[in-house]
Order: sequence, then structure tokens, then C-alpha cells
Amino acid sequence: MTTTTAAADRFSKGASRVPDLLFRSASGVFAWVIVAVLGLLAVLLFLNSNQALSKFGSSFLTGTTWDPIAGIYGALPFIVGTIASSFIAIVLATPIGLLTAIFLAELAPRRVSIPLTFTIELLAAIPSVVFGLWGVFVLGPFLKNTVEAWIASTLGWIPIFAGPTDGVGLFAAGVILTLMILPTIIAISRDVITAVPDAQREAMLALGATRWEMITKAVLPYARSGIIGAVILGLGRALGETMAVTMVIGNKTQIPESVFQSSQTMASQIATTFNEASIGLQTSALIGLGLVLLVITMTLNVVARLLVWRVSGRGEGRA
Amino acid sequence: MTAATLAAPSIAARLTGSRVGRRRKIVDRSMRTLAFGAALLCAVPLIAVLYFVTANGLAAFSLDLITKPPKALGIGGGAANAVVGTAQMVALAALIAVPIGVMAAVYVGEFAERRSARLVRFCADVLVGVPSILIGIFVFTFLVLPFKQFNGFAGAVALALIMIPVVMRTTEESLNLVPNALREASLALGVPVWRTVLSVVLRTGLPGILTGSMLAFARAMGETAPLLFTALGSRLVNVGDFGRPMDALPLFIYVNARQPVDALNQQAWGAAFLLLLVVLIINVAVRARSWGRRIG
Repeated sequence: MTTTTAAADRFSKGASRVPDLLFRSASGVFAWVIVAVLGLLAVLLFLNSNQALSKFGSSFLTGTTWDPIAGIYGALPFIVGTIASSFIAIVLATPIGLLTAIFLAELAPRRVSIPLTFTIELLAAIPSVVFGLWGVFVLGPFLKNTVEAWIASTLGWIPIFAGPTDGVGLFAAGVILTLMILPTIIAISRDVITAVPDAQREAMLALGATRWEMITKAVLPYARSGIIGAVILGLGRALGETMAVTMVIGNKTQIPESVFQSSQTMASQIATTFNEASIGLQTSALIGLGLVLLVITMTLNVVARLLVWRVSGRGEGRA
Repeated sequence: MTAATLAAPSIAARLTGSRVGRRRKIVDRSMRTLAFGAALLCAVPLIAVLYFVTANGLAAFSLDLITKPPKALGIGGGAANAVVGTAQMVALAALIAVPIGVMAAVYVGEFAERRSARLVRFCADVLVGVPSILIGIFVFTFLVLPFKQFNGFAGAVALALIMIPVVMRTTEESLNLVPNALREASLALGVPVWRTVLSVVLRTGLPGILTGSMLAFARAMGETAPLLFTALGSRLVNVGDFGRPMDALPLFIYVNARQPVDALNQQAWGAAFLLLLVVLIINVAVRARSWGRRIG
């Protein structure tokens, strides 16, 4: 942390000769390219979606009909699909991820934690489309006959868990997303847990607490905002994840009544229909979906980073 | 000494002896076991994906997959179009992204005032979090729409935008590890700042920069969403014509996995095996170094 701040302007006053100034401004141009890209991204999405957004106004967000032939675009089914699939992922990934992070940071001996960390880093490296392929042909059929069948038979009296199960749909998408956001949640939670000062632990142990009591009463409360940040970053990743979700969610424009039904997220709707869309209102409406997605994920990212920074210091603790 | 040995068993006895103590101990034990179980559970998906991709992929794998394009009509052939396309687009993306990422890191780490450094770093972090499909739409609006032609160059630019923040952040971290004494020594010898940065700072940070670039390279290689509306995909082997559509391994997997034809699904598994092999080899090779350092 201290090195980052000290390093921030190492040469800021030293560069005075012409070649140095040139080099310095050249590097500055490249750095501001990044800022410009982000700004331009937002501006171009806004401009290109303007046609649809100005035509439909707020009914773009609340309308339930998405009909290219009639020229009516309401994004609610996709917003519901996005939120529902990500919600399933967060519900599943948060406890598993947090427990794993606790295990890696507090309980595991080094020769266990290092290979496990390595495994989880590799899980994060698997391309989304490979997850999707595996999801369609392996995970989906497996879920259909085991987990989904079990949930439908025990909790089926609650409408949202009612069958028939399909192996394709919201639940399968949620499970795939769980696997994809686990590495994010684990890595960042582990970092913020490790950043908790040892004095917290020593004080609790000195009072006679067990290891678990130390973790829940002294470590986790200290790391809380960082852990919330980690979960929000995971949520941001789940909301915007495209390929794997597109391949297992069933691609049906409807507001699902049960978690086992086919659905569509904002990202998957863009992925499946953008290329066939006629340039004009339909493209504009799809880019509008993109803009909604951008606003949501950017907001979540900013909030999450601020939360993580609170615990582990600026510049550290990133995805 | 005697006091400690006397005290220790008495605390242990209190923990196991009383009912409250026993319950606390059981909770401690079971929650720790549960945490261990959760950690093991996280290893299961990796093993399952590796197993099924290897088993199905090897069955579908043959030399034809790498050397032959898909047949013009009907089913069969290979994925040479995708292999060639991925190699070209990812290479061009790296050519664009590595200089920008490294120079941006130099600015943030070596030159910038603290406030602008923080802004650039923040934007890079937010850019990492932008869904990759939006990067695809973004590039579509200015590199495809005006020319009315999907093209490999747009695909490479989209991949570069995904690589840049990754390269920048890892480079910056490795520049932070370069001791200030090296900079001071170089400047004290009368070396200009720009030479100091190029020959001393970047030279010393080179292993870290390479690590970051390779990881970004592997990540770009597996990206599908940014290519859907830029490079589009193509059944033809396109060598060097960045003005026309290009195929890529992830696109090939996606398209073939969605056909209701078993032979095409098999080809998707074969291509997935190839892609995963390259991506994991890069990841393992790059990470194993730091892994070995940590363990040894």
C-alpha cells in the first residue's frame, strides 16, 4: 500500500528535459486512452440506443412485450431473467465461497491452501464458452435428474420450484454462474480476511475463544465491508456473463414462473439476436439493453471497489 | 513453567467438561469441517470440466481438426479456420494491448500525480468489470457499422480492449516491486529519465510484465462475446485479411454446440479440448513459477 502511494509520482518532478517530457506525455496519452475508452463506451451506447429509449421512455424498462415484428420493445422479461439467474448464483456462491475463503485464510496449512488456491485460479481461467458446452451436455442433464428433480419433488408445492424440470433454464444458468463467480468471491474475500490485523485474532484467542469463535466474532466483522464488496463484484460478473448463460438458459422471452423454466438475460438476448436484428429500432433497442446492463454493472463495480478498499487499502484487492 | 503446564490441562478440562464447553467445541469442529468441505467442493467443477472436455474432446480430436477447414457443403472437415483466426486476432490484439497497457502502467506508476494515477487505475478496474459483450457492441458501433462489414480487425480491437486493463494492472504491480534505489542509482549516473524507465525499471519488471501479458493473452483467447458482432466467424480460412470476417475457436465451439447435429457437437468438444489445453498450459506455466516460489 505504502509503495503504491509513494510510487505514484516517482518522476513527476524529475522529468524536465525535452526527451523526458516527450516520453512522459506519450505514456500519459496511453493512460488516458483507458479513461477515454470507458467514457466513449458509455457515450456510444447511449447515442446508439437513443432511438429506442426516447420512443419508449420508462416503458422500455417496465414493458413485458418484446416484439420486433410489431416494433414494441419492453425489456422487463430480460431484466427479470438477469436478476433471477444472478440471484440464484449469489445465494449458492456466497456461503460456499465465504467458507472456502475462511478455510484458505485461517484454517488450512500452507501445503493444502496453496494447491487449492491454484485450483481455484485455474477454475477462473476456463473460458466461458467451455463452461457453456459442458453445461449443455453434462451439467444440465445431470441437474435435471438429481438436484432439480429432488427440489421439484420436495419443494414443488411452492410455485417457483414447481416442475417440470428440464436441465435447461434459470436454475441451470444459476448453477453455471455460481461456478464462474466463485473464484472472484473466494479470491477477494480471502484477501480481505488476510488483511485483518493479527491483534484482532490474538485478543479473541486470549479471551479463550475457539478458532471458529475467533473467526466469526473478531475476524469476519472486521472484514465485513470487504466481503460484501467481494459478493457485489461476483454479482456484477454474474449479471454481465454472456456465453455460458446463453447456452444453458433456454433463450425464451418470457417472465419465468418457476426456476426450472427457460428464460433469457439481457446479455443473452443481445448475444442471440443482435446479428439478425434489422439496423434501426431493433438494434437500438438491443443496445438499450446493453446500456441498462452497463449502468447496473458499473454502479455495482464502483460500490464494490470502494467497499473492498475500506478493508484492504487502495490499489489492492481487485478481481 | 509449572504454572503453565498446570493451567493448560485445566482449560482443556473446562472446555470438554462443562456442557457449554462441549457445545462450543462441537460447533468449532463441525464448522471447521464444513469450511474444509466447501473448499473441496470448489475443486469438483474444475475436475469435472477437465474430465469431460478431455474425454469427449480426445474422442473427437484428430489432425484434421487443426489442418482442415469445415467442408463447404455438409458436415465434416476441421477447425483450421478457427485456429488460424484465433492465432491472428489474439496476436494482433496483443500487439495493440501490450504497448498501451505497459505505457499506461509506466504513466500511473512513475509519472502521474496521485490523483490522475488513481483515476486511471479506477477506470482500468471498472473496464475489467464491463461485461465483454458490451465491449463487442462498443467496437461494433465504430468499426463495423460505418463500413457495413464484419471484420477481423474489429475482433482484434475488441480483444485488445479486454487485455489492456489486465496488462496495465499487472505491469503496475511489477513496477512497484522495482526498488527505488535502482531508479536513483540510474539517475545519479546521469541517465535521462526515459532511459531509466526503459532500461532499468521496465527491464527489472520484465518477468512480471510477461506474466501479466501471457495471462491477458490466455484470457483473450477464450473470449467469445466480444467477437460475435465484430469478427462474426467464417467457414473460410482467412489468412491476413483483417478487413473480412474471421473465425475463432470460441466462436467455432459456440456455433457447433448449438446445432442439433451430433457430429457438429463432437467437433465443438474437439475444439474445446484444443482451446482449454492451450489456455491451461499458459496459465499453469505462468502461475507455476510464482507457485513454486511460494511453496519453496
